[in-house]
Amino acid sequence: MNNHNITNDSTPLPREGQGGGVSRSLIVSALDHGTVIDHIPCDRLFEVINLLHLDQMTSKVTIGFNLKSNKMGTKSIIKIADKFFTDEELNQLSVVAPDVTLVIIRDYEVVEKRPVSLPAELRGIVHCDNPKCITNNEPMQTLFHVVDKRHGTIRCHYCNHEQELKQVKLV
Amino acid sequence: MNRSLVTIAEHSREKIEYLIRMAQEFERHPNRLLLQGRIVATLFFEPSTRTRLSFETAANRLGARVIGFADPKVTSGTKGETLKDTIMMVSNYADVIVMRHYLEGAARYASEIAPVPIINAGDGANQHPSQTMLDLYTIYQTQGTLDNLNIYMVGDLKYGRTVHSLLMAMRHFHPTFHFIAPDELAMPELYKEYCREHGIKYVEHQDFDADVIARADILYMTRVQRERFTDLMEYERVKDRYLLKLDMLAKAKDNMRILHPLPRVNEIEYSIDDDPHAYYFQQARNGLYARQAIICDTLGITLDDIQRDKTII
Repeated sequence: MNNHNITNDSTPLPREGQGGGVSRSLIVSALDHGTVIDHIPCDRLFEVINLLHLDQMTSKVTIGFNLKSNKMGTKSIIKIADKFFTDEELNQLSVVAPDVTLVIIRDYEVVEKRPVSLPAELRGIVHCDNPKCITNNEPMQTLFHVVDKRHGTIRCHYCNHEQELKQVKLV
Repeated sequence: MNRSLVTIAEHSREKIEYLIRMAQEFERHPNRLLLQGRIVATLFFEPSTRTRLSFETAANRLGARVIGFADPKVTSGTKGETLKDTIMMVSNYADVIVMRHYLEGAARYASEIAPVPIINAGDGANQHPSQTMLDLYTIYQTQGTLDNLNIYMVGDLKYGRTVHSLLMAMRHFHPTFHFIAPDELAMPELYKEYCREHGIKYVEHQDFDADVIARADILYMTRVQRERFTDLMEYERVKDRYLLKLDMLAKAKDNMRILHPLPRVNEIEYSIDDDPHAYYFQQARNGLYARQAIICDTLGITLDDIQRDKTII
């Protein structure tokens, strides 16, 4: 399977140097190695960029914003060359954008395509919104238990305060 | 194994019954030398005189020595020391740490980092398990069982952490709860949801009178605090509606007992103190036995050890 199929619900992204003449869409190179994060809600794009520290990356990063999507209306997409994510990084992604699709590409082939899913626990990712929680007053990691995956409800391991993932602040 | 007591909500029915049996032993013989040579630290980052006195009496009556502080102003916390540093330091000296803290989750965190067990003596609005344990012990003592009771909770059911903890701890015992509170202080949806999830029956009442409480086994009164109201007019309007008066006990069952976590301000008419249904002072005394059981359990002393104890004074 060619990695261009992964964008098939958005504006086709022409290959570099393809077609000749003036292209009306962005020229986006195909990845030989790396990760594509697809189906990012547009209002979450910049959070995803911050979360993954893409501003500090030295490899090639391509970001598509406000692309057409059959599934979502508009979406954003990020292609990162030579970068594969750890589980911990994936967990963080699921907090800001629970429905993104993650595509791993090696040698131009999609070797893995999967949704990110909310883990049972979120450690050191989310800020507790209870100002009287010990985690906001002591140099320590936060820990949340996911109590309702469908509604995105999480409970602080320490103060038991519940909050919605939609409204969380990241650490 | 970490034997800390952070919350009672995680205790099984068996564990609760076990601690009740332990407390019964201490009620029979509260003065012992069971903890001779041990040191109990009481760290009160937030003042709470009656809870501290109860814990320190429990430790002293078992022969332990007590170190600690009652006033956070004298500790290094005010100099900017972290909770972790204080806990690690005191862990070097004491065999068990009883701590009260104004921050929620402080006890859970302390129990994760301390090499000695932690007993939560209240962490902000979160948990106060020794209060719950003494409430459970008192209910058992007065009713002879914890099963199938009609428990009426009156007053501030929104912020009252004692009623929330009691509600969760009672889930093993098929209670029927009756909630009587002003709208502003009604039982939060979260706990009603908890009841539904665990198949616990509950009824909400608008009125508070002799007919409503006629079927009660336990009448658990709480303080309606003025500062909880955003609308002071509303406070003035409802404050006397949740006052328990002597004539309201006319239809009460003989076995009904009135509990209150104390301090009481304006919830129970003083003339009720001499009525046989009044039980809040005995309830407070039970705090001693419940806390003796809790301290021993966290130190790894078993019911069997207590039953075979030769150090009774």
